[in-house]
Amino acid sequence: MAKKAFIKVVLKEEVLDPQGKAVLSVLKSSGYGNVKDVRVGKYIELDFNEDKSGKRRPLEEEAEEISEKVLSNPLIEEFSIEIK
Amino acid sequence: MDNKKIKAGITVFPGSNCDADVYRVLNSVFGVNASFIWHKDEIKDLKKYDFIVIPGGFSYGDYLRSGALAARSPVMESVKDYAAKGGITLGICNGFQILLEAGLLDGVMLANRSLKFECKDVYLKTLNTETPFTCAVEKGAVLKMPIAHHDGNYFATESLISGLDGKKSIIFKYCDEKGGITAGSNPNGSIRNIAGISNSAGNVMGLMPHPERSSEKILGSEDGGWIFKSIIKYIKEK
Repeated sequence: MAKKAFIKVVLKEEVLDPQGKAVLSVLKSSGYGNVKDVRVGKYIELDFNEDKSGKRRPLEEEAEEISEKVLSNPLIEEFSIEIK
Repeated sequence: MDNKKIKAGITVFPGSNCDADVYRVLNSVFGVNASFIWHKDEIKDLKKYDFIVIPGGFSYGDYLRSGALAARSPVMESVKDYAAKGGITLGICNGFQILLEAGLLDGVMLANRSLKFECKDVYLKTLNTETPFTCAVEKGAVLKMPIAHHDGNYFATESLISGLDGKKSIIFKYCDEKGGITAGSNPNGSIRNIAGISNSAGNVMGLMPHPERSSEKILGSEDGGWIFKSIIKYIKEK
């Protein structure tokens, strides 16, 4: 069965997220005073071909490599992967 | 040596928009033989070029991260090879971002501190005049050039910064008109006011300001021309 990888990329905690700060200030001025902080990230879906040969390396491994090498910049971002 | 004999390659990606400016300045102002290299071109070896310029723009719409997709296109494999062999490679604005994403320079670009697209003239202090890109610049000179970017907030870890410092790889810093490196003269929040850096070998440089938009009097400044004059001087004396 074909599978999908669902990847979230966010800025590392120690990196300032100006987009998150801007959203936070709008939320506060809109009356949502309960929100303490906002981080804005990216969500990416990878749709994989079916593994007909059954010889392909594990999807987890490929998704990890793609996330590390292309989808995120390890200097400032971290990612999480869910495979379904 | 006649400038006409100097060959420059200008890479072009979908979304590059300063390629024609660089072309004009190199060919019409400095009389260099510059031509375009389309990102899909099967040029395996760039050695016929004396130098390569990666111009500004919004390659691939800045999707994913500024410069991230262009850095992984076929021509950049050739540029990496060219740079590894000592080829002179200059990245301007988006070109700087592409060099960072390609791993040819250290660090990363964040969104400007203001979250705004900053488009104005800035002043740059030249910290190292012993590079192929600054060898014609007077020591400590202050140059006026325009910036036009959203993601020019250079960031690197403290250890990377001290590494750059130690190798004199920090080439330009944002400064005031008199050359003072102040918080007020930093247009984007860049760490230590950094505007341009080189690799440790010194043959690859990226800078956020646009020398190609400040190489002719009619454009308000000719200071950017010193970058191209330096490259030409370096190649002639090599």
